[in-house]
Amino acid sequence: MAIDTDKNSYTVIFAIVMVILVGSILAGLAQGLKPLVKANERFEKQQNILYAMGINANEGPSDVEFISTDKVEDVFNSTITNQYIIEGDQVTEDPEAYLLDIKKEEALAKDPNYVRKLPLFEGVKDGKPIYVIPIRGKGLWDAIWGFVALDKDMVVQGVFFDHAGETPGLGSEIKQRYFMDDFEGEHLFNESGAFEGITVAKGNADPRNERKTDNAVDAIAGATITGDGVTAMIKKDLRMYVPYFKTLK
Amino acid sequence: MRLLSKKDSKLIMDPLADNNPITIQVLGICSALAITAQLKPSIVMAVSVIFVMAVGNVVISLMRNIIPSKIRIIVQLVVVATLVIIVDQVLKAYAYSLSKELSVFIGLIITNCIIMGRFEAFALANGPWRSFLDGVGNALGYGVILIIVGFFRELLGSGTLFGFKVLGDPVERTGLYALGYENNGFMVLPPMALIVVGIIIWVQRSRNKELIED
Repeated sequence: MAIDTDKNSYTVIFAIVMVILVGSILAGLAQGLKPLVKANERFEKQQNILYAMGINANEGPSDVEFISTDKVEDVFNSTITNQYIIEGDQVTEDPEAYLLDIKKEEALAKDPNYVRKLPLFEGVKDGKPIYVIPIRGKGLWDAIWGFVALDKDMVVQGVFFDHAGETPGLGSEIKQRYFMDDFEGEHLFNESGAFEGITVAKGNADPRNERKTDNAVDAIAGATITGDGVTAMIKKDLRMYVPYFKTLK
Repeated sequence: MRLLSKKDSKLIMDPLADNNPITIQVLGICSALAITAQLKPSIVMAVSVIFVMAVGNVVISLMRNIIPSKIRIIVQLVVVATLVIIVDQVLKAYAYSLSKELSVFIGLIITNCIIMGRFEAFALANGPWRSFLDGVGNALGYGVILIIVGFFRELLGSGTLFGFKVLGDPVERTGLYALGYENNGFMVLPPMALIVVGIIIWVQRSRNKELIED
């Protein structure tokens, strides 16, 4: 029996069956794979935090290699000694602070009465306390985010950047070594002691980044807006932690 | 014994040259511009498109007699989107770092008009085996151009291939740079992809006059 595929009723039924079928396949798949995906995301955060602290599996000069997924949980637990959530003046310890959803906090903080929760991870490297702060902002196409490791004077010890969908070869280069390594040793305060952040600057007179106190690193050619996004998220998010770092002195 | 009949091998070989989806049919240009600044993403994109195109063509071909013609475009879109989401999810669960690397490319596959074009023009009218070959052929034709463009853009724009500094170090001024060579920063920007594709079209048409339209 041939089916009349031109009939309206057939078209409607076909569309309904197709949507239900495809919908349930995809929902089932997403649900089934969720625990695996969640675990991967958790490991990734741990790897990124450790990377910002300079704990990685890099071999060559342009490698960005993380501690492997099967070891990262142990390394993370032994390196990160304390995790805090800062709410205004209150500082509470929370061993799962690194799982706090920054994006959600940003949205909640639009309400002026809301006291934003700021996560901070404290670890030790070479006997020195290091503080890692997650940052988040906008690139050209989509979100960009990262982790910045600071010492108690807010001098950058290392960074890690990542992005959701910056242009391959241009904006996506923010996660390359040649860009991230430039941040090491940079100061967040200017010479008069005011918070300045770090500007990703075009036409920088210091392309090899020898001056660490100029509050600037060299930009990536062709990735102006992504670079500006990095500048903005460093300024905006790290400024919120300044009061906390004052208490450390 | 031949692996494929003459007619079948034509399905693979034609899109590689004389009926190339990018240079002759001028489809799939947007993704060819977006991701060819480096060689590696170009290859990854080519492989992903081969998979989605081959499987999608077979699925559409199997359903060709029951798809209502009024909503066939929507059905095609659903098939591509479903395949792409499945690939994305499976990669996220089992090959997380790879999926991070591919990030936006997976999503970009949906927007590739070559896929919709082949569903519409071929799979709806042909059996699964022939559709499979047609899908592989067209995706290969697309991939070859992508890789050629990616090769030249990365080499001339950044002086690297797969991230390796094949021309020497531009900062330390070794290799070719010692002779005063400079990278052409314009090559990494999207307009140059269009120009490189244009040059390929020019070369191809001047070698085969039959391809020139009036």
